Amino acid sequence: MRLKLLTKVLAVAAIAFPLTTAVADAYELVIPATVYRTGPYAPNGIPFANGYGDYYRMLNERDGGIEGVKIKYLECETAYNTKQGVECYENTKGEGPSGALAYQPLSTGITYQLIPKASADKIPVFSMGYGRTSAANGKVFPYIFNFPATYWDQASVFVKYIGEKEGGMDKLKGKKIALVYHNSAYGKEPIRTLEELSKKHGFDLQLLAVDHPGQEQKATWLQVRRKKPDWVMMWGWGVMNQVAIKEAASIRFPMDRFIGVWWSGSENDVLPAGEAAHGYLSGAFHAAGDNFRAHDDIKRHVYDKGNGGGDRDRIGEVLYNRGLVAAMWTAEAIRTAMRIHNTKEVTGEHVRDGFEALNVDAKRLAVLGLEGFTYPVKITCENHQGPGKVALQQWDAKEKKWNFASDFYTPDADVVGKLIAEDSANYAAENNITPRTCN
Amino acid sequence: MLFLLETVVSGLLAGVMYSLVALGFVLIFKASGIFNFAQGVFALFAGLALYDFIADDGWFYHMFGFVLPVWAGIIATMGVMIIVAWLVEFLVLRHLVNQEPIILFMSTIGLAYFLEGLGDTLFGSDVKPLDIGLPHGAVDFLLDDYNFYVEKLEIVAAVVAAVLVVVLAVFFQKTRIGRALRAVADDHQAALSVGISLRTIWVIVWSVSGFVALVAGIMWGSKSGIQFSLSLIALKALPVLILGGFTSVPGAIIGGLIIGVGEKVAEVYAGPFVGSAIENWFAYMLALAFLLFRPQGLFGEKIIERV
Repeated sequence: MRLKLLTKVLAVAAIAFPLTTAVADAYELVIPATVYRTGPYAPNGIPFANGYGDYYRMLNERDGGIEGVKIKYLECETAYNTKQGVECYENTKGEGPSGALAYQPLSTGITYQLIPKASADKIPVFSMGYGRTSAANGKVFPYIFNFPATYWDQASVFVKYIGEKEGGMDKLKGKKIALVYHNSAYGKEPIRTLEELSKKHGFDLQLLAVDHPGQEQKATWLQVRRKKPDWVMMWGWGVMNQVAIKEAASIRFPMDRFIGVWWSGSENDVLPAGEAAHGYLSGAFHAAGDNFRAHDDIKRHVYDKGNGGGDRDRIGEVLYNRGLVAAMWTAEAIRTAMRIHNTKEVTGEHVRDGFEALNVDAKRLAVLGLEGFTYPVKITCENHQGPGKVALQQWDAKEKKWNFASDFYTPDADVVGKLIAEDSANYAAENNITPRTCN
Repeated sequence: MLFLLETVVSGLLAGVMYSLVALGFVLIFKASGIFNFAQGVFALFAGLALYDFIADDGWFYHMFGFVLPVWAGIIATMGVMIIVAWLVEFLVLRHLVNQEPIILFMSTIGLAYFLEGLGDTLFGSDVKPLDIGLPHGAVDFLLDDYNFYVEKLEIVAAVVAAVLVVVLAVFFQKTRIGRALRAVADDHQAALSVGISLRTIWVIVWSVSGFVALVAGIMWGSKSGIQFSLSLIALKALPVLILGGFTSVPGAIIGGLIIGVGEKVAEVYAGPFVGSAIENWFAYMLALAFLLFRPQGLFGEKIIERV
């Protein structure tokens, strides 16, 4: 009798054990997110985090994850503080059997800190349109990706746009262009490119720094009044953007000659200025609005089930869409990694290969429900910055919406390419890195 | 020359905006000897509460289906700030009577973090465009006819600050409660021994400070929208306090004006030679330079202690 019972117990255990192990060991794709939902930059961090997280939640609900493997999305709060960002990285990089598969720091400061760390840990950092521009050189920065365009691309596109509006690039000679920038690593990024472009086209570049957080900018705009630039560019973030737009309106600087970086072009930045912000321009590499199939899927599979990251009526805002497009490219890189390595149990190293073989063309965008949302992107081992195209969007204060004000421009490859080669070579020399060969 | 004058006037008006924040610090320090680190967060919290009462995307609208007119919103917000003051006294201060000033200061740091988190939880972190009908933009005739730029909102702030100073001066000098507040500031135990209720006084002074924070929140919120960076305006008030003295209402105003003019002139005329963005640290340098000659600040009380 006892023997019979023991046999039964063993039989049940033998059947159940592999099942429980399978459940415990179910492979998940760990994607940590260093978000900032608190602190002075939260108004910008929140919509980005919502878009980023909602896309992964939608994939989990609709498709069971990526190629049927669930995504484990982990948020870690940084408050836009570099030290906290690094702590988040250290706490999440070893999560689960896969380990962290990619980071999206959403902070140039955090990105700079993660470049050596993540490279050593073989985890890709996707600093989408921010961070260290020369990371575009994949030979020196094998784990850092900053496509679809860099700050230097953007600066050169702004100059192209200005040239076009002035009647040709030769008309830039003698013009005055001011750069109002956040006095940080991020804000200083375009200076070198603009200095080169200033030499090339003969315009006078005026640099005006604004200290964190930028709540008070009176002196900056008094200088704009005194120096009378023909155009003003802005590399701002958070409250700096809102105050700058209001101050510019106050001194009656024409809004259609005021161009913000793509981090200075969200609804948050223009709404506090009301009608005065009408006509303000900013860079863009994707559309605004929620009229895409991917948005419908997010509403149906995430928000209808009460799992959305934020308010349903804020889906489609500029920064929400930016988070969404970042998640889309990351998910596609993971999918590509699965395909080229023929495994669903990918690691950070595999995902790096996925990023380097990424090809999200117009056809693929249509399949993803994002037809016309952004432009096709193809990444290679050498080129981590992508096509570098930038368009300008313009704020319509009456309709309270952003509209494209231009086509997508290609950057000035002569200037930007040379600077990237120079800066990445310097970085390689300083850090004893031998650039890899790309076949 | 005209531009220099414009810079000076803009500096004076910016200084008034700093003074509005500094006044809240002075009130609490004057009446209770506490350096209230949470004053910037008070301004933020008051702004958030006001926005919630008057905007159609706030809690109030969702609960009751209507919004309050601005004047009623301001009164309701004042009610909220009185409740906050009472809670601060009930939950924090009454347990710290006769403690070292540093203990009281540390408790206000905790209070700042708590209130910021509470504000975030209750009202959300979005930028809230505050429009209570205050004028914006340049004074048109000055700009059109004389090419002289002055911001309308800052002129309103200057008028409000002037009224506030008069009201506070009368309150402190001429009223019974004002005298009681000063007695408490001098010595908690002595004030208690002559029958002054320390708890009531603390609630009153924190409420008055909440009112000043509301005014500062309205002015700064009208400028940049109500958002969490508003709590950092306290950093702008610190050099004003160092310069003007922690116990003087006129000192907060004069200190604000000196800091405002000093930093704007420095930024505009010296900034371009040293890479710009010097106004923040220049304000502190200016305040420190004053400290060399008057350690108690321009109008602060000289503290003589037997050792």
